[in-house]
Amino acid sequence: MIANYGYMDGSGEFFISIDTDKCAACKDKPCIQACPKGMFEKIIDDYDDEVVAIKEIYRKSIKYECAPCKPAKGWISLPCIEACYPKAITHSW
Amino acid sequence: MRDREFWRWKEYNWRNPDMDWRKAEIIAAGIDVGSVSSQAVIMLDGELYAYSSIRTGSNSPDSAKKAMDRAIEGTGLTMDNIHYIVGTGYGRVNIPFANRAITEIACHARGANYMGGPKVRTILDMGGQDCKAIKCDEKGKVINFLMNDKCAAGTGRGMEVIADLLAVPIEEIGQRSLEVDEDVPAVSNVCVVFAKSEAMALMKEGWSKNKVLAAYCQAMAERVVTLLERVTVEREFFITGGIAKNIGVVKRIEKLLGIEAMKTDYDSQIAGALGAALFATAIVKKERSAA
Amino acid sequence: MIFAGIDMGAKMIKVILIKDGNIVAKSKITGGFDEKESAREALRKALDQLSAGFEDLGAVVSTGVGRKLVDIATFSVTDVTADAKGTVFLHPSVRTVIDVGAEEGRAIRCDASGRVIDFAVNEKCAAGAGSFVEAMARAVEMELDEFAAASLKSNKEIPMNAQCAVFAESEVVSLIHSGTSKEDISKAVHDAMASRVTAMVRRVGVERELAFIGGVAKNPGFVQSLKRSLGIENIIIPEDPDFVGAIGAALIGSEGKIREE
Repeated sequence: MIANYGYMDGSGEFFISIDTDKCAACKDKPCIQACPKGMFEKIIDDYDDEVVAIKEIYRKSIKYECAPCKPAKGWISLPCIEACYPKAITHSW
Repeated sequence: MRDREFWRWKEYNWRNPDMDWRKAEIIAAGIDVGSVSSQAVIMLDGELYAYSSIRTGSNSPDSAKKAMDRAIEGTGLTMDNIHYIVGTGYGRVNIPFANRAITEIACHARGANYMGGPKVRTILDMGGQDCKAIKCDEKGKVINFLMNDKCAAGTGRGMEVIADLLAVPIEEIGQRSLEVDEDVPAVSNVCVVFAKSEAMALMKEGWSKNKVLAAYCQAMAERVVTLLERVTVEREFFITGGIAKNIGVVKRIEKLLGIEAMKTDYDSQIAGALGAALFATAIVKKERSAA
Repeated sequence: MIFAGIDMGAKMIKVILIKDGNIVAKSKITGGFDEKESAREALRKALDQLSAGFEDLGAVVSTGVGRKLVDIATFSVTDVTADAKGTVFLHPSVRTVIDVGAEEGRAIRCDASGRVIDFAVNEKCAAGAGSFVEAMARAVEMELDEFAAASLKSNKEIPMNAQCAVFAESEVVSLIHSGTSKEDISKAVHDAMASRVTAMVRRVGVERELAFIGGVAKNPGFVQSLKRSLGIENIIIPEDPDFVGAIGAALIGSEGKIREE
């Protein structure tokens, strides 16, 4: 399953997508430590897989929370994406 | 602060008089506490038996109890007869008498699969304060989803702001938006606050209320389609939530997608609670076969 | 020769006239339904202060969201360009400019000559702009000035859950019903918006000195919240912060080169 966390508003679409099939295969979830804001958390999803999700408090302000890793001059790599070896994480912006 | 009159849901319940719960092996319930309304569904051996819809109050556990009481009203059932209860909705974690909580996304998909059948693949749910786009498989298992509850523009609340502005009852918006001679382009602002100013300017320019409604419904449809395309759209397409009643937005969405939404005799409002009851049924089955 | 800068903001039209490198007149009117006519009216109002006419004008440069609608403009420049130019003219030490207006917020990094190095924009969403504060003032039934001042009287930290002006309105009403004071609500509103503006500023990074311009710079409650959120006490706020865009536009006009943007 692809779980998309974030929102769409007048200024654009801002979603972090987690491919839970790939994520479930990963034991240590390095993304949790990699994110400087600690936005990821481990959950047991509705289909009983142990995967990560974006913490609920961050989902509605995701554009602002991720801003430090995405400066105006553009970014080359993001710590969460770099850390995820199953390549389960993508950002829509 | 004005009363939110336009979103007053009617409270109701329904029961199948031909079914007898005393003969059922598995009695399962699902409760969906939403921001505006709450539903409770009772199923007997995986078949729909009774349900209720009430307005959510300020307290989630109370709303859940009220919905449940309303659903079992007149059946002779008590809570003790129910083998398993699954809670869902944004208040799902606050239902003390539920055995388990499952997300509204998973419950919605399961419920739509029951109501629309195994061919349902794409589900749109737009409620008072959020909008969900869900892709599921033939068993109603979620493959892809997103939920937008940050921005009012894609929600019933966004519609309510325009209804207030134009003093049009919200139930009339859809039909009136279709009573225009032409294809009216969408208002240029996504943001409801700015769209409201834009609507006022259009009225000053001489636009009729119907034309402004058309422009607003077109904008909402385009927005919703953008969200749906993120999970990718496939037949069959199923719509639930308050938006299903807005024919103006529904028709425009269908036109943009080139796909017609499934018609259903079921009250799509109960999709979440129904899915929850199905999860409850499955859990009981599993527990009994493991025993 | 007089050079004019016209800032066609979402709400207000601001005009600045420059002669021999000095600001000689200014005017501000509420934008009307006919943008072309409103622009002319604002310009006329400024020219009247010098007993001058359209014929005394050299270049007329427009900026702001409605800049392309000004038919009397020689050319237009983006807000970002005009903001940087105008701010550095008034305060040469500034290298970072924050501009928050009715419908848009911007953060700009610039050099000593007012040229833009980098910028970030919060646009098309009321939550990141002045409209947010205005909507909340209406929700608690206070005048904007009163609402802004009330924020300074609170020292509570109440985080807001809603990130949308429409949902925040409902949240504010609930807070009122649960007995939260208007002062505490006002601070919560200003803090919430300040944190969004700060996140935008961090995308360009802060190089001292920092200036804050635009209509919302006149809101003392927001200024305080922003200082706290950025962790910077010394933020330069020009007198008439909402005129800086028009100043920049007029200056660019006086430079004698046509630069359409």
